[in-house]
Amino acid sequence: MTVTLSHFSAAFVFAVFASTVFGITQRNTPREMVRYGLYCFSLFIGGVIVAGWVMWLLRH
Amino acid sequence: MTAEVQVEAAPQYPAVSHGMAVTALILGWLIPGAGHFLLKRWTRGALLMVSVVTMFVLGVLMQGKVYGFNTGDILDILGFIGDVGAGALYIVTRAMDWGRGAIQIAAADYGTKYIIVAGLLNIICAVDAYSIAQGKKP
Repeated sequence: MTVTLSHFSAAFVFAVFASTVFGITQRNTPREMVRYGLYCFSLFIGGVIVAGWVMWLLRH
Repeated sequence: MTAEVQVEAAPQYPAVSHGMAVTALILGWLIPGAGHFLLKRWTRGALLMVSVVTMFVLGVLMQGKVYGFNTGDILDILGFIGDVGAGALYIVTRAMDWGRGAIQIAAADYGTKYIIVAGLLNIICAVDAYSIAQGKKP
Protein backbone atom coordinates (compact mmCIF):
# COMPACT_ATOMS: atom_id res chain seq x y z
CA MET A 1 0.00 0.00 0.00
CA THR A 2 1.33 3.39 -0.94
CA VAL A 3 0.08 6.93 -0.47
CA THR A 4 0.68 9.75 -2.92
CA LEU A 5 -0.01 13.32 -1.83
CA SER A 6 0.22 16.47 -3.89
CA HIS A 7 2.63 19.14 -2.75
CA PHE A 8 -0.10 21.23 -1.13
CA SER A 9 -1.88 18.32 0.56
CA ALA A 10 1.48 17.08 1.89
CA ALA A 11 2.18 20.57 3.27
CA PHE A 12 -1.34 20.75 4.73
CA VAL A 13 -1.09 17.41 6.54
CA PHE A 14 2.38 18.33 7.75
CA ALA A 15 1.07 21.66 9.09
CA VAL A 16 -1.82 20.00 10.94
CA PHE A 17 0.35 17.52 12.85
CA ALA A 18 3.33 19.79 13.46
CA SER A 19 1.02 22.55 14.75
CA THR A 20 -0.72 20.09 17.07
CA VAL A 21 2.59 19.05 18.63
CA PHE A 22 3.88 22.63 18.85
CA GLY A 23 0.65 23.84 20.44
CA ILE A 24 0.59 21.13 23.10
CA THR A 25 4.27 21.22 23.97
CA GLN A 26 4.99 24.94 23.84
CA ARG A 27 2.12 26.34 25.92
CA ASN A 28 0.69 25.64 29.37
CA THR A 29 -3.09 26.01 29.28
CA PRO A 30 -5.54 24.39 26.83
CA ARG A 31 -6.69 27.79 25.56
CA GLU A 32 -3.11 28.92 24.89
CA MET A 33 -2.34 25.57 23.25
CA VAL A 34 -5.22 25.95 20.79
CA ARG A 35 -4.32 29.55 20.02
CA TYR A 36 -0.64 28.77 19.49
CA GLY A 37 -1.46 25.67 17.41
CA LEU A 38 -3.72 27.73 15.14
CA TYR A 39 -1.04 30.43 14.93
CA CYS A 40 1.59 27.87 13.85
CA PHE A 41 -0.83 26.30 11.38
CA SER A 42 -1.59 29.65 9.77
CA LEU A 43 2.13 30.42 9.50
CA PHE A 44 2.83 27.03 7.88
CA ILE A 45 0.02 27.36 5.34
CA GLY A 46 0.61 31.08 4.82
CA GLY A 47 4.29 30.38 4.22
CA VAL A 48 3.45 27.74 1.62
CA ILE A 49 1.10 30.10 -0.23
CA VAL A 50 3.56 33.01 -0.13
CA ALA A 51 6.42 30.77 -1.28
CA GLY A 52 4.20 29.47 -4.09
CA TRP A 53 3.42 32.98 -5.30
CA VAL A 54 7.09 34.00 -5.06
CA MET A 55 8.04 31.04 -7.23
CA TRP A 56 5.26 31.94 -9.67
CA LEU A 57 6.58 35.52 -9.89
CA LEU A 58 10.14 34.31 -10.43
CA ARG A 59 8.92 32.01 -13.18
CA HIS A 60 7.05 34.80 -14.97
CA MET B 1 30.64 40.70 52.11
CA THR B 2 27.63 38.84 50.90
CA ALA B 3 27.45 35.11 50.58
CA GLU B 4 25.78 33.84 47.46
CA VAL B 5 23.66 30.83 48.07
CA GLN B 6 22.40 28.90 45.10
CA VAL B 7 18.95 27.60 45.77
CA GLU B 8 17.31 25.25 43.33
CA ALA B 9 14.05 26.75 42.09
CA ALA B 10 11.00 24.99 43.48
CA PRO B 11 8.73 23.41 40.86
CA GLN B 12 5.81 25.63 39.85
CA TYR B 13 3.42 22.70 39.52
CA PRO B 14 3.09 19.30 41.22
CA ALA B 15 6.15 17.20 40.44
CA VAL B 16 6.86 13.48 40.59
CA SER B 17 10.06 11.68 41.56
CA HIS B 18 13.19 11.99 39.43
CA GLY B 19 12.99 8.32 38.51
CA MET B 20 9.44 8.76 37.28
CA ALA B 21 10.48 11.82 35.26
CA VAL B 22 13.27 9.88 33.54
CA THR B 23 10.87 6.99 32.91
CA ALA B 24 8.39 9.41 31.30
CA LEU B 25 11.20 10.75 29.09
CA ILE B 26 12.36 7.32 27.92
CA LEU B 27 8.84 5.89 27.56
CA GLY B 28 7.77 9.03 25.69
CA TRP B 29 10.65 8.55 23.26
CA LEU B 30 9.99 4.83 22.84
CA ILE B 31 6.21 5.12 22.36
CA PRO B 32 4.94 8.52 21.17
CA GLY B 33 2.60 10.03 23.77
CA ALA B 34 3.28 7.32 26.36
CA GLY B 35 5.22 9.73 28.59
CA HIS B 36 2.09 11.86 28.88
CA PHE B 37 -0.05 8.78 29.50
CA LEU B 38 2.26 7.81 32.35
CA LEU B 39 1.62 11.24 33.89
CA LYS B 40 -2.14 10.90 33.32
CA ARG B 41 -2.27 13.61 30.62
CA TRP B 42 -4.59 11.44 28.54
CA THR B 43 -5.86 13.95 25.96
CA ARG B 44 -2.46 15.49 25.31
CA GLY B 45 -0.87 12.05 25.07
CA ALA B 46 -3.50 10.83 22.62
CA LEU B 47 -3.16 13.90 20.39
CA LEU B 48 0.62 13.64 20.39
CA MET B 49 0.51 9.92 19.69
CA VAL B 50 -1.89 10.37 16.76
CA SER B 51 0.19 13.23 15.33
CA VAL B 52 3.58 11.53 15.52
CA VAL B 53 2.44 8.03 14.54
CA THR B 54 0.32 9.28 11.62
CA MET B 55 3.17 11.39 10.28
CA PHE B 56 5.63 8.50 10.56
CA VAL B 57 3.27 5.95 8.97
CA LEU B 58 2.31 8.34 6.17
CA GLY B 59 6.02 8.91 5.52
CA VAL B 60 6.63 5.17 5.17
CA LEU B 61 3.51 4.74 2.99
CA MET B 62 4.74 7.57 0.77
CA GLN B 63 7.83 5.36 0.29
CA GLY B 64 10.09 7.70 2.20
CA LYS B 65 13.57 6.61 3.19
CA VAL B 66 14.40 5.48 6.73
CA TYR B 67 18.07 6.13 7.45
CA GLY B 68 20.26 3.53 9.10
CA PHE B 69 23.32 4.31 11.20
CA ASN B 70 25.98 5.81 8.97
CA THR B 71 29.11 7.91 9.08
CA GLY B 72 28.87 9.25 5.56
CA ASP B 73 27.25 12.43 4.34
CA ILE B 74 26.30 14.92 7.06
CA LEU B 75 22.69 15.06 5.81
CA ASP B 76 22.47 11.26 6.06
CA ILE B 77 23.81 11.39 9.63
CA LEU B 78 21.27 14.08 10.57
CA GLY B 79 18.54 12.06 8.86
CA PHE B 80 19.46 9.08 11.03
CA ILE B 81 19.35 11.21 14.20
CA GLY B 82 15.91 12.54 13.25
CA ASP B 83 14.58 9.08 12.43
CA VAL B 84 15.83 7.55 15.69
CA GLY B 85 13.70 10.10 17.55
CA ALA B 86 10.62 8.08 16.60
CA GLY B 87 11.68 5.33 19.05
CA ALA B 88 9.91 2.01 18.62
CA LEU B 89 8.43 3.08 15.28
CA TYR B 90 11.97 3.42 13.93
CA ILE B 91 13.10 0.10 15.42
CA VAL B 92 10.11 -1.80 13.97
CA THR B 93 10.48 -0.13 10.58
CA ARG B 94 14.17 -1.03 10.37
CA ALA B 95 13.51 -4.57 11.61
CA MET B 96 10.84 -5.08 8.92
CA ASP B 97 13.13 -3.52 6.29
CA TRP B 98 10.50 -0.94 5.37
CA GLY B 99 11.35 2.61 4.35
CA ARG B 100 13.90 1.80 1.67
CA GLY B 101 13.00 4.96 -0.26
CA ALA B 102 11.95 5.27 -3.87
CA ILE B 103 14.04 8.03 -5.41
CA GLN B 104 12.13 7.90 -8.70
CA ILE B 105 8.92 9.07 -6.97
CA ALA B 106 8.73 12.78 -6.05
CA ALA B 107 6.29 12.13 -3.19
CA ALA B 108 8.79 9.73 -1.62
CA ASP B 109 10.99 12.71 -0.79
CA TYR B 110 8.09 14.23 1.14
CA GLY B 111 7.79 10.88 2.91
CA THR B 112 11.44 11.00 3.93
CA LYS B 113 10.88 14.44 5.46
CA TYR B 114 7.70 13.26 7.21
CA ILE B 115 9.63 10.43 8.88
CA ILE B 116 12.45 12.70 10.03
CA VAL B 117 10.08 15.38 11.34
CA ALA B 118 7.94 12.76 13.12
CA GLY B 119 11.09 11.66 14.98
CA LEU B 120 12.06 15.23 15.86
CA LEU B 121 8.53 16.04 17.05
CA ASN B 122 8.58 12.91 19.19
CA ILE B 123 11.75 14.13 20.90
CA ILE B 124 9.93 17.40 21.72
CA CYS B 125 7.01 15.36 23.11
CA ALA B 126 9.30 13.24 25.30
CA VAL B 127 11.06 16.34 26.67
CA ASP B 128 7.64 17.91 27.31
CA ALA B 129 6.64 14.85 29.37
CA TYR B 130 9.89 15.23 31.34
CA SER B 131 9.09 18.92 31.98
CA ILE B 132 5.62 18.02 33.25
CA ALA B 133 7.08 15.37 35.53
CA GLN B 134 9.54 17.89 36.94
CA GLY B 135 6.75 20.35 37.71
CA LYS B 136 7.85 22.95 35.16
CA LYS B 137 4.57 22.62 33.29
CA PRO B 138 1.00 21.80 34.34
